[in-house]
This record gives sequence, C-alpha cells and structure tokens, in this order.
Amino acid sequence: MGRYVARRLLQMIPVFIGSTLLIFCMMYALPGDPVKALWGEQSSDPAQIAALKHHLGLDQPLWWQYWHYLTGLFHGDFGTQIASQRPVADVIAQAFPVTIRLTLFAFVFTVVAGILLGLAAGLRAEKALDRLVLVFTLLLISIPSFVLGFLFQYVFAFQLGWVTPTVQDSESFSQLMLPAVVLAALSLAYVTRLTRTSVAENLRADYIRTAVAKGLPRRRVVGVHLLRNSLIPVVTFLGTDIGSLMAGAVVTEGIFNVPGIGNAVFQALTRREGSTVVGIVTLIVLVYLAASLLVDLLYAVLDPRIRYA
Amino acid sequence: MRAARSVRFRRAATTARWSALAVAVALTAAACGSGAGDGGKPAGYVSIDVTEPQKPLVPGNTNETQGAYVINALFTGLVEYNAKGKLENANAESITTDDSRTWTVKLRKGWTFHNGEDVTARSYVDAWNWFADIRNNQQNSFWFEDIKGYQDVHPEKGDPRAKAMSGLKVVDDHTFTIELTHPVSYFKYKLGYYTFAPLPHGFYQDPKKYGQHPVGNGPYTFEEWTHKKLIQVKAWKGYKGVHKAKNKGLQFRNYTSYEGAYQDVLSNTLDISPQVAPKDLPMRKNDFGDRSIDQPFAGTQTIAPAFYSKPFKDVDPKVLQGLSMAIDRKTITRTVLNRTRVPATGFMPPEVTGYQKLKTDIFDYDPKKARKLIKEGGGVPGNKLWIQFNADGGHKEWVTAVCDSIRKATGIECVGDSKPDFQTDLDARDAEQIKAFYRSGWVADYPLNVNFLKELYATQAQTNYGKFSDKEIDALFRKGDKATTLDGTIKVYQEAERKLAEKMPTIPLWDYKANVVHSKDVGNVKVNYKGDVILSDVTVK
Repeated sequence: MGRYVARRLLQMIPVFIGSTLLIFCMMYALPGDPVKALWGEQSSDPAQIAALKHHLGLDQPLWWQYWHYLTGLFHGDFGTQIASQRPVADVIAQAFPVTIRLTLFAFVFTVVAGILLGLAAGLRAEKALDRLVLVFTLLLISIPSFVLGFLFQYVFAFQLGWVTPTVQDSESFSQLMLPAVVLAALSLAYVTRLTRTSVAENLRADYIRTAVAKGLPRRRVVGVHLLRNSLIPVVTFLGTDIGSLMAGAVVTEGIFNVPGIGNAVFQALTRREGSTVVGIVTLIVLVYLAASLLVDLLYAVLDPRIRYA
Repeated sequence: MRAARSVRFRRAATTARWSALAVAVALTAAACGSGAGDGGKPAGYVSIDVTEPQKPLVPGNTNETQGAYVINALFTGLVEYNAKGKLENANAESITTDDSRTWTVKLRKGWTFHNGEDVTARSYVDAWNWFADIRNNQQNSFWFEDIKGYQDVHPEKGDPRAKAMSGLKVVDDHTFTIELTHPVSYFKYKLGYYTFAPLPHGFYQDPKKYGQHPVGNGPYTFEEWTHKKLIQVKAWKGYKGVHKAKNKGLQFRNYTSYEGAYQDVLSNTLDISPQVAPKDLPMRKNDFGDRSIDQPFAGTQTIAPAFYSKPFKDVDPKVLQGLSMAIDRKTITRTVLNRTRVPATGFMPPEVTGYQKLKTDIFDYDPKKARKLIKEGGGVPGNKLWIQFNADGGHKEWVTAVCDSIRKATGIECVGDSKPDFQTDLDARDAEQIKAFYRSGWVADYPLNVNFLKELYATQAQTNYGKFSDKEIDALFRKGDKATTLDGTIKVYQEAERKLAEKMPTIPLWDYKANVVHSKDVGNVKVNYKGDVILSDVTVK
C-alpha cells in the first residue's frame, strides 16, 4: 500500500517536468510580445523595450529560459510577473485559496445533492420522481453556466435581496454559496444521472436480492450494499471533475467577481505572462494527479476486492 | 487459505481508507488559509471599479487607465488640466520661457509630501532623472526625450553615459530650469502628464517597496493595497492644491468583469463603474436614468490603411476619400454602437485644443460620390479589402458593420481580418503583415492637436504602423515644432490637418464617449477630457 502510493507520487515527477515543458513551449510559440504590449496603443520606446527584455531574460533562447525557470522552481522561485513585477508565487498564493474554497464548496454540494437525488431517482426508477429528476438534470445540462449565473443574480440579489450581486469578500463561505451552486450545477446533473443509473442497475443484482432475503433492514441494504457498490463510476467522475471545477470557473468567477485561479490564468494568458500560466497550470495538473490517486485509493475502500500492493 | 486472504483484503482496505482521509484533511487544511476580509468601505468613501493596476504604483511606469487613476489621486505635478482640458498651474507657481527652449519653473512654497517632507526643485529633478534612466526600466521614460542630455541617460544601445540629464538644473529650493534640445512651444502641455511627478527621498532607497506603498503629494494619501482586491486612499488634509478631495477617501475595487461591477452599482454595493459592458449598454438608461452618464472625450477610432499592402500601395488618396464616404457613421454609431460614439468630424475630437471644423465632405455618407471618387482614383486592386482587428476588444460588431456599409455603397468586397488578441494584432502590425486596413485608435496623452497628429502620421512615429510617409506633412510638423509660441504651433498643425484631409493617412470613424454609471449614494460624478471620472470632485450623499 505505502509502496504503491510512493510509486504513484514518484510518477508525478516526470509528468510535472513534461507538463511544464509543454506549456512553456506553448507560451513561447504564441504570437504576441508581452513587453511591447505594455505600451498598448500609445507610442513606445524601442530602446526601453530591448533593455526590459534583456533584464527579464526574454531575449534568450527557449532552452535557456526553460532551464532558468526550472532551476528557479527548485529554489521555490516561480518567477516574476512582467508587468506587475510581483513574484508569481504571491499571485498563486492569493488566487489559489479562493479557488480551493469555491471548488470545495461546489464539490461538496455536487456530492451531497447529486448522490441524494440520484439515489432517490434510482430507487424509484421509471416512476414520477425519476422522470422529474430526469427533466431537472437535463435542464441543468442544457443551460450554459453564465445564463444560470445571471438568473441567480437576478432572482437572489435583485428580486429577493438576500445577497449582494457579486461576492464582496471572497474568503467568506456564505458569500461563495451562489457562485458555488452555479459552478456545481453541471457536475450535479452528471452525478445524479450516474448515481441513478448505477443504483437502478444494482437493485437487480444478486447480492441485493440475497441481502433482502437475509432479512437485513432496508436502510442497511440501501446504505451499505447498494450505495457502496453503485458509487464506483460516480467516484471516477468526481475525481476528474475536481480539476475541471478548479480550472473551468472562469465564467462563474467573472459573473460573481471571484478573483480565483481561472481569472488569474485568463488574465495571464491575455498578457502573455508565461511564468504565471506555467505555474498555475502545473499546479492544476498536480491537483488532477492527486485527485486521481485519491480516486484509486477510494476504489479499495468501496470495493474490498480491489487491492494495491 | 481463504480466511487468510480475506484478512489481507481488509487490511488493504483499512490502509487505503486512512490514506484517503489524510489527503482529504490536507486539502481541507489548504482551503482554510488565513486572510482578513475587506468588510465594506469606511463611511464617506467613494468606491469605484478600477481593475488591479498592471504595474507597481510609480509615476514613471504606470501608463494604463487603471494605474493612472491611483497615481492621479496620489500625486500632483506642476500643472494639471481642468475638466475642460485647459491647463492650470498646480504645484508650479509659474512656468516661463522666452524661447520655448529654456523653461524656468517656480514652485509654490509650503507644499509637502504625505510624509511631511518638503516638495522642492530637487524632488522633481531627481525623480525625472530616475524615470529617464534606461536601467530603471520605466515605461514612460520617452516622455523626457525633449530634455537635453536624455540621450546620455537613455542611449539607444548600451549603458548610460551619465547619471543625470544636463538639461535639468536646480537654481534654488523652489526654482529649477529645464533646457530642451530644441524649442517645444507646447512643452507645458506635456508637463501635465502625470509622469512629470516629484518623488520623496525615501523612494530611491527602495523603489520596489515604494511601488507597493507610494508616498506622493496629491489630494489623497495611500492607505492599503490588497492585491486583486482593492486599493484604498484617504483624503489628505494637508493638501495645498485647488482640487481638494470632496469626499473622505477612495476605494479602487478590482472587478474581474464590467458586468459584475454593473450589477453591484445597480444594487448600490459599488458607487461608480467607469465603463459599461456591451451586454448592459442597451439597458443603461432604463436601469439608471440620469445616473448613467455619456460624455464625449478626447479619444478617436480610425481604420488606417497600410501603405505597403497590395490594395493601397501607391494609392490615390481619392480612393480613400471615397471609402470614407462609403461608411454610414451616423447609422452605425446609433445602432451597432448603442450611441457610445460620436461620428468623427476630423482627425481629432472636438475636446482637443486646436480642433477645427474641416471644410470637407469626406466624413459624410454619400454612396454616389464615394463610387465616383473611387473610380477617379483608379479603384482598389483586387476589389477586396480587409480590416484587421483584435477579437478580444469588442470590435467585431462595428468592423462587420463598416464592411457591410462599404460593400453596399461601393460593391468592393470587405471582410474583417480577426486576430485573437491585442498582442497578436500588434505583432502583425510590427511584422508589416496588414492586408489592407487595421483598426487604430488614439486617446489624448495631452489635449493638444499636436498629440493627435505627430505621434501617428510623422514618418518616424512609433505608432505609424501603416507607414504613411509624406514629405510635405513632415515638413509642416517640423515647422510647427519650431514655432516659438503655442498659438504658432497650433496654427501650423491645423494647416497640417487640413492637408491630411487631402492625403488621407487614415479614415477617421468616430470619437469615444465615456459611459459611466453611478449609485444613488454619490453625486457630482463628472468625466474629464480623457474620459476618466474626476474622483476628487465626487460627493457622498
């Protein structure tokens, strides 16, 4: 078990180097000069542009820049932003907690509401409640998240006046509720559908019939025998979903003014802040890897037949 | 055998459960980091949506609207423009010259920085030398290029040869002289740009730290900067200038989108949003009534031909005049642009000193005459045009409308040439890959006609991406620069503008309007010649 985890962790190193190199090359290949763009549409100053590029090492070849970046990383230096001259580590340290809060909130909401709804629908497959949940989830899947965002803003902020239209303090959980629900809506629909199908199928399995025949209480049949076995596909989905929740929040973050990772990457991309993009994307890759490791370990919890040596 | 295996299974499952729990705990711990909330704004303060300044707050480095708002609140230079764009003395008691080459600046006495230090001639001279020095990587350093000795501190190549510009001399505590390399009759206008600010001694010890905690001499003192969240400044009681703050302080709040800010102003959570997103433009009058302000300012939008491109190589200006007359500016500004622009009447907006009404019909929509002019000029080779624009700036709609208008009026095929973002657009301009027209725009650095002509149409100008080059125009610019009086310069440049209408270096489309919305909690919201809200005048109800 311990060896398995260690091996998986070690596997992250080449993935980490590979992903940084790939993103670094991509940023390098993008057209557009971040230094020249600092002057915008107004007059610029070629001598100063050259001096600034030299100062930042942007006049060096790609391999030199990458090597410089990588060696910096091992000293804990994520680089410095071109325009703001702030350490990229600061930018990440500021945006990441906000995004993690939002993601966790959305994630918990997805898991709790999604599994409950899916279970309820699966237990009453083909009945009225199941149909209702089907329509509801279809609606969530088909509505783009920005429509849902503006709709929520309109209803909860302007009609009911319960909240301010945007998040005033991105570190407060109660304020993050609205964006988290919007962010979670799509995943919630998928989790519900997955759970529902899985539950409905497993209801007909032999071991459920056996459990019922043994005279076990219904709560135990559903809670332990049925649900535990039905959750494997859901957990797989949730594992990959955590990454996309983190990175895919750009639209939601924009509507509710949450200064998280999605926004930071977007802004860094438009300004061609290479080191910021590489830093953040690499971190997201690591989160993906950690989440998939977690999923694999959870399989063993859910299904005792699965084991890792 | 069987029993033994099942024990192993269970153990594996238990360890896995613990590992999973550990990872979950780690994630949760990471989520619960520290950090104080902003908890709203102090009473009497005005909040405005100004996205995070791109750069540290140093007057020599800031050149974008967001940062300029903060710099203008913290610093007051020698002169400033009033709401109408007219020049007034601020920290300067007088700025005089006999030959437009040597300028004598006398400072008002009794002015101090926020830390109590006196504002002296040295505060200015040292700051300007620091800004101009190429080693300090200041983006506004070229603003000092007229000053004698600039080449020594800011050479085109290599290290600087001097530490200070020889043209700046301190006479006494409150007097200094500026010697220029050549007469510049409008130099005083340039001095109104916030880069010509003074700095306290403390700056030079740690410029980096100072950029995060600036100390200036303006109407507001710096309070705090929480990155990506807000910058807060407080009205300064010791301010000696004319435009004292009429509120208790300002809060510049970072919004990731104009849509979000708009909603917050609507619910009175935010006081002012200086810009309205296209999505909300049609509804702004409905939502805000007279709290939605549209005011023209000194900014203009044009489509400029690349004179090296196939359709426009050695083009007869008549063709460009014809194309200009094929654009229905009135209809496009009213419909597609939601009345956020005013049809152009010249190469600069009326808010600029030196603006003149050109006696020409090239800005009128007249398809018949357009076709006639284009025919006389020999037509467009290939009968096809492109307008290059950046897709991330909300230009697509009007580019399409302009193309439609040209196509309908003249039968010339016209399509948008979309570049994904501004950087890519700039790259194509630099590499001389523009296929026909490119989207061009200019917002006044200083509200004088010189700024709208020389920076764009002089052969050597950095922003002349279309490579317009005309000896007569260059000669007029030189003549205007040599004039010893401001009026003389303005007149010669006006002559140049009249000539430009015959030579067509660009096709002016329309002038900008600022679209500001504000909450019920504030009043007296006005916009200056640059389209920026005059924050010190805003009152809190």
